[in-house]
Amino acid sequence: MSQHRVIVVGGGLAGLSASVRIAEAGLPVDLFSLVPVKRSHSVCAQGGINACNEVARQQGFSEYEHFDETIYGGDFLADQHPVLEMANWAPKIIDLLDRMGVPFNRTSEGNRDLRLFGGSLFKRTHFAGATTGQQLIYALDEQVRRYEAEGKVNKYEFWEFLGPIIHEGRAVGIVAQDMRTMQIRSFRADAVVMATGGCGLVYGKSTMSVMCTGAAAARCFRAGAWYGNPEMIQVHPTAIPGADKLRLMSESARGEGGRVWVPRKAKDPRDPKQIPESERWYFLEEKYPAYGNIVPRDIATREIFDVCVNMGLGVGGENQVYLDLTHRDPDYLTRKLGGILEIYEKFVGDDPRFTPMKIFPAVHYSMGGLWTTYTKGSYNPQTALPKHKSGSPAPIDAKVGMGMQLGAPNNSMTNIPGLYAFGEVNFAYHGANRLGANALLSCIFDGLFCGVSVFNYVKNEAPGKAPAEGLASGAFDESVSRETARMKSLVDSASAGASDPATNPYAIGKELGDEMTAACTVVRTETRVKQCLTKIAELKDRYAKVKLSDSAGWTNQSFSYARAVGDMLAVAEAIALGSLERRESRGAHYRSDYPDRNDAEFMKTSLAKHEGGKTTLEFVPIDASLVAPTARTYGKKDTKKPEMAGAAS
Amino acid sequence: MTEASRRRAMAKANRVVTFRIKRCDGPGKASYWQDFKVTVPKNANVISCLQQIAANPVTADGKPTTPVVWDSGCLEEVCGACTMVINGKVRQSCSCLIDDYAPNEGDVMTLEPMSKFPVVRDLWVDRSRLFHNLKRVQAWVPIDGTYYLGAGPKETPASQATHYVLSTCMSCGCCLEACPQFNEIPDQGSKEANEAAWNKGFIGAHAISQARLFNAHETGKELKEERLDVLMGTGGVNDCGNAQNCVKVCPKHIPLTESIAVIGRQVTFHAIAKFFKG
Repeated sequence: MSQHRVIVVGGGLAGLSASVRIAEAGLPVDLFSLVPVKRSHSVCAQGGINACNEVARQQGFSEYEHFDETIYGGDFLADQHPVLEMANWAPKIIDLLDRMGVPFNRTSEGNRDLRLFGGSLFKRTHFAGATTGQQLIYALDEQVRRYEAEGKVNKYEFWEFLGPIIHEGRAVGIVAQDMRTMQIRSFRADAVVMATGGCGLVYGKSTMSVMCTGAAAARCFRAGAWYGNPEMIQVHPTAIPGADKLRLMSESARGEGGRVWVPRKAKDPRDPKQIPESERWYFLEEKYPAYGNIVPRDIATREIFDVCVNMGLGVGGENQVYLDLTHRDPDYLTRKLGGILEIYEKFVGDDPRFTPMKIFPAVHYSMGGLWTTYTKGSYNPQTALPKHKSGSPAPIDAKVGMGMQLGAPNNSMTNIPGLYAFGEVNFAYHGANRLGANALLSCIFDGLFCGVSVFNYVKNEAPGKAPAEGLASGAFDESVSRETARMKSLVDSASAGASDPATNPYAIGKELGDEMTAACTVVRTETRVKQCLTKIAELKDRYAKVKLSDSAGWTNQSFSYARAVGDMLAVAEAIALGSLERRESRGAHYRSDYPDRNDAEFMKTSLAKHEGGKTTLEFVPIDASLVAPTARTYGKKDTKKPEMAGAAS
Repeated sequence: MTEASRRRAMAKANRVVTFRIKRCDGPGKASYWQDFKVTVPKNANVISCLQQIAANPVTADGKPTTPVVWDSGCLEEVCGACTMVINGKVRQSCSCLIDDYAPNEGDVMTLEPMSKFPVVRDLWVDRSRLFHNLKRVQAWVPIDGTYYLGAGPKETPASQATHYVLSTCMSCGCCLEACPQFNEIPDQGSKEANEAAWNKGFIGAHAISQARLFNAHETGKELKEERLDVLMGTGGVNDCGNAQNCVKVCPKHIPLTESIAVIGRQVTFHAIAKFFKG
């Protein structure tokens, strides 16, 4: 008997929570992942997961304030209703994870411990050591394994998603390839959930895992799905520079008291511990007395960049600043931050409990992603409220369905019916800048809350309600032939050994990464971004003649990578186009030639579309009917450059 | 300065290191060795050297070849993917800094795939058996679904600290590679046949330790009896030969031998209880 089924692509927090929720509701799930799902990039999340909690509540915090912080942190770019629903649901998600056995840190009475995180004056971040993402994904991985053992979830690990199959305007399956045998085949489904994460590899080196190329999102984009706010790329202020990757140093290091500083004297050769307090510049604490070192990420990043690149005050004259925890008790640090301190010691060799760490910003998160829609909930005030005063009573209760309507089939659905985007690949929640410890939340929220929407769509809305299993094979066969031909043309180009850098996929990928990092990260200008678009066009021409060094029909990794480079170029073009057309500064997007936020023209989603091989960009209005925009200053005070720095520059 | 940082400070910048890599084109094909010369900057790790080889696959004697294939993910030692045998010892390749292993010009490093799992290609192995063994011990908490049912059980900080360490197991397979009792089971041709064969083989320290974790959880202990049934059977905890290699190679310092002892005791009590119950 034919049956409805759902495909989930990606086995990180979003994909796993979606799989659990949809399988539990009674639809079989086929789960596709490039890696065994337990190894997905979610493992890298360190700091924690935000939610209103009883202690904070009694101090005056509320779900509403969490919502308000997220909107303000995102610099008023997100549609506001979905964010409200997410903040309202957060405490339930923590309780569920707790039931699943996540070893959250505990207080002496056995309650869940809390820590301070960027963008809030309240402790609202729950954590499991300094490997919270790893612990959350393990809990969900275990639940999925349980369903797998019961036959409700079928895993396709080491399978690469090549594209959605669209029939009569709706998603009816995917085409995918086994990365070991190289078999290409189609899979049918009544709905497809993309949960494929971010696109850090477009920048070459980032804090992301090696599979975060953005290729899966690009394949949907090229098939007609819209891409929202591509230019909104978060650069994390604190990462450990490395040859193969920039390893994250969690914001929790600052949340637990870490202080960012540079020597007041440029290129001061002294050991940091020999530099007296009076000769250190704690620039974040001086400029932002209220938030100090826990200002949001985009602000910390720009200040660090400014101190190093513009003032030349980086430690040892290089692009790095100190992140100092040495004033804290070493045992306390081990207990609260053990995992991340160990990573630093492993890769650098110094023990951060006794030696200040050297860090610099790195590309970390894509706020932008596939554009999705939703059905508004029941809370719709006459006029948008002013910014919430921190610690004051919430204007509304946190009831289910005030932000988004529970179970509405279009929640987190792309413009292609039946094609959903959950987690980081969904553009919806973080606006122009994501607050620390909100990512894990948005992934799991999408999976659990919008998983219900997927179920309802399949049961009630999918045209004819007949399972995709019964459709004629035309669209499926066609997608397999197209991908097989594409593979053949790439593999046929192969000859062993090194190819000319002009057509070497690794060289093209590296040049793309270098160019994007130089043009589309911390500070952007019209001139530089235009130059970047020209470079992307050149790389596209070279990519058309790309040559592989491996013609193997078995586990051909260089082929997979080369194919992804073509998709990375498409994402890069959308990012650069957004960076060019958004002629203002907002959140992570800072244009030195347009340094102010311009709500009249740009409090809008930038929407990239790909038609006939061409990418275009337009701006569409957002729904900001809940909170009125205010200037996002985090109480910054004007400070003078330190005198000694002036002398050095 | 720690010892590691002192050693790393001594390593020469941009020295040439030879990577001797055990290669295999696919299942059933013979393995062979190839040497590659890589110019190594300070602070490089095995991954960044493999990336150089992939972009420029030419052997030490100048012959063009195919790029070396390997498995990797997070590159910060939390995902477990890039595990391989380096200079004879199993570990993650991302956290393996060349400065520690080959500080001088002309030094040689050997890279081999793990030997207890079937090779897919070159350094990439198929660790499905490891994940299957987590199913054998039902390594999960049997919750009543994902609907809102309030918080989980309270836990003391001391108990959390114990469980957290057990819960950092990233399924890398180091403990299995080092274990004399855990041996490769060749591919049986189908998923079902493989699973049947794996069910008879030693389950491994990682799965025993996960059983300990979930047996200790307030809700997880609901499945304790079933887990112990499996662990007292073929391939269970009694197959452990007490070599204690597992605990020495675990990159996350999980007290695996302690877990084996805890489960050993639980299995003994379980067996006695079963005997008296009939």
